[in-house]
Amino acid sequence: MKKLTLKVTAVEHLSPLVKRFRFEDPTGASLPVFSGGAHLTVEMPEGDTIRRNSYSLISDPYDGSGYEIAVRREDKGRGGSLYMHTKVSEGDDITVSLPSNLFQLDLRAKKHVLIGGGIGITPFLSQLRQLDMEQKPYELHYAARSREEAAGIKLLPQAAHIHVHISEEGSRMDLGAILDGQPLGTHVYTCGPDGLITAVADQTARLGWPKAAVHSEAFTAPPPGEPFDVVVKSSGKTVHVKADQSLLEALEAAKVDIDYSCRGGGCGRCQTKVTACDGRILHNDHWLSEDERAAQKDIMPCMSRFKGTRLELDL
Amino acid sequence: MPKTEFSPSIDSRPTYSGLVSQGAAPAIMVADEAGAQALTDLAASDASVMDHAHVVLVGCGAAALGDVKPVALHEAPDFDAATPLVTQLLNTARMGTQIYLAGSEGLIGHVSALAFAAGMPVDEIQMEHRGSIARRMQCVHCKGITEDVTTDPFTCAHCGLTLFVRDHFSRRLGVFQGVCVDAETPGVVPETVEIQA
Repeated sequence: MKKLTLKVTAVEHLSPLVKRFRFEDPTGASLPVFSGGAHLTVEMPEGDTIRRNSYSLISDPYDGSGYEIAVRREDKGRGGSLYMHTKVSEGDDITVSLPSNLFQLDLRAKKHVLIGGGIGITPFLSQLRQLDMEQKPYELHYAARSREEAAGIKLLPQAAHIHVHISEEGSRMDLGAILDGQPLGTHVYTCGPDGLITAVADQTARLGWPKAAVHSEAFTAPPPGEPFDVVVKSSGKTVHVKADQSLLEALEAAKVDIDYSCRGGGCGRCQTKVTACDGRILHNDHWLSEDERAAQKDIMPCMSRFKGTRLELDL
Repeated sequence: MPKTEFSPSIDSRPTYSGLVSQGAAPAIMVADEAGAQALTDLAASDASVMDHAHVVLVGCGAAALGDVKPVALHEAPDFDAATPLVTQLLNTARMGTQIYLAGSEGLIGHVSALAFAAGMPVDEIQMEHRGSIARRMQCVHCKGITEDVTTDPFTCAHCGLTLFVRDHFSRRLGVFQGVCVDAETPGVVPETVEIQA
């Protein structure tokens, strides 16, 4: 996978929990442009492991002068966001992947409705610049608990079609009112907590929307959990997965060859066959179907964990 | 007349799985005379499907619907007259509006292209073929569209080339593609046969 080594040129607090980072080419060269909704994978070396988290790009997709991301500090996470918040400062070198996009706009739509909850606002910040550029009709709804937590407000333009719903102030987002009566050809995009994505899926199904018009992205950093062991079938080697490590990261640290892309359970690239499973796979991805989860024959190592006595992977 | 069963072909060739009621949702229904029977069958399977339905009949009168009573009924003598009517209905429709098309391949192709342009995914459109299997063909050379093609090959009504009837279908335009049959051997034209279902 091609990587870029960039310079951190700006770090800014958007809210007590969210920081914005800007990365530029050290020689000032132009970076590859991207499309609205794209993300970067950032490498965070710490001791003998390299943690890699994916973050949505929030800058202008057509502006190659730099890439910007916004990172919410998760104190109960594996440490990736904490690393970004405590170890990364202006002037540092940082290694990132090229942008890739699992949440692109469907440009055949007549109108776009963007719904972001909390830090889920991030992919829309690049999408709305693309929509402005292409002069496509859209409305954006941003829901947050409090104004203090609503890091995205600073980055959103003031416009009649940009709606901010702060539940603490009594303006809770009403999905029924937003979705009912949208013109034929509307597509809806949701990013945020699972509950929000499910609520939009339920509401659009009730209103008879075609499934192809409903898009969502829920990719989050892998959750920490109890440590466990995994056996690599080809070598018979046992790899230990630490509490604050993902299965993918543990396999990488053990030099097991495994492909990946989003590292957030959304792209399907790291799907791996399970050859023995005595216990329960804790599926945390958004890729496998309900049936596949129940069968326990496949696992997404970037997100999922295991609880039991023996897990063997076809690697 | 029952719905037509077409022989299997390439993926591009549209298939029409038949009208299935989506309940009392807002609906736009377009049919010709043969297709109107599919609408009466649909209403017989679920009367509520007509509660919020706008029906456009092309080339036939209200009598074709029997005693089925949609919320609004529009009549148009032909496609050209029906197009602005259907476009107007699509442009003012909301998400959740269901689309039902019944009749010839030409009617289904023409109106599904209008619905597609309005943002409706083609695989969400309810379609049932009834009546004539005549095709709406586009000449890939001059881009002219010839309606009601029943033979293969046929003569392009615009440029006069002899065209082979392909199963290759444009969802954007709602037409099958006709390709010059004697481009490499001018004048050597296969025997003309009737198009089969």
